[in-house]
Amino acid sequence: MQVIADRIFKALSDPTRRAIFEHLSRDGEQTVHALTDRAGVSQPMVSKHLVALKRAKLVRHRRDGRETHYSAQPQALAPLVDWITHYGAFWRDRFDQLENLLNRMDK
Amino acid sequence: MTNTPETRTLVIERELPHPPEKIWRALTEGPLIEQWLMKNDFQPTVGHRFNFRATPAPNWDGLIDAEVLIVEPNSRLSYVWSSMGLDTVVTWTLMPTETGTRVRMEQSGFSIEKSSDVYYKGANWGWQKFIDNLEQVLGGSN
Repeated sequence: MQVIADRIFKALSDPTRRAIFEHLSRDGEQTVHALTDRAGVSQPMVSKHLVALKRAKLVRHRRDGRETHYSAQPQALAPLVDWITHYGAFWRDRFDQLENLLNRMDK
Repeated sequence: MTNTPETRTLVIERELPHPPEKIWRALTEGPLIEQWLMKNDFQPTVGHRFNFRATPAPNWDGLIDAEVLIVEPNSRLSYVWSSMGLDTVVTWTLMPTETGTRVRMEQSGFSIEKSSDVYYKGANWGWQKFIDNLEQVLGGSN
């Protein structure tokens, strides 16, 4: 699990790669051309980033004629999301707010 | 039983300098619940189905489906808490102490078996948090 997490962190440590992945997560499948228009770097650079994301299984691709389409695989982030931790932070925050409310109720 | 999914439980306990009766009100009166938790149409009646409603986020409608399971005034309250395909049970227990009340919140039912589907949705929901964590973890590295 840790090895997988390391690979994902590494793949997303580059801001351009992160932007590409976020873009694909939000807007769905895109061609390399469309991604290049948005990325602000050259197409060979975008392709290189896509290879890195693919290696971390964060994206996958399919060929359609001359175009290659990429889509995000957000479930690849699974090893990084821990519901217990998520809800732990949530409830601790709500406990704080409950205490605030109880203090206000005194008055 | 085979294939019983392994579940985990989250427990948070705090001692509060207020009597159980007062905390019970904050846990069971809709307008008060809204002030510390979320908008809701809660009723303290076993079997009552209701929603908690948070501000929707990308890929999350902000809805939590809930159903009242246990109502023991000033002592125990339990409801189903379902969101994004993750079904859990939240149970509140109030224990009087000399100076107030020990409040225990238990959320159980985090299933390991179902995790892949849940993680998928959670990944979207927790995206911003994930990015924040990521940036912390990465620190100044480039």
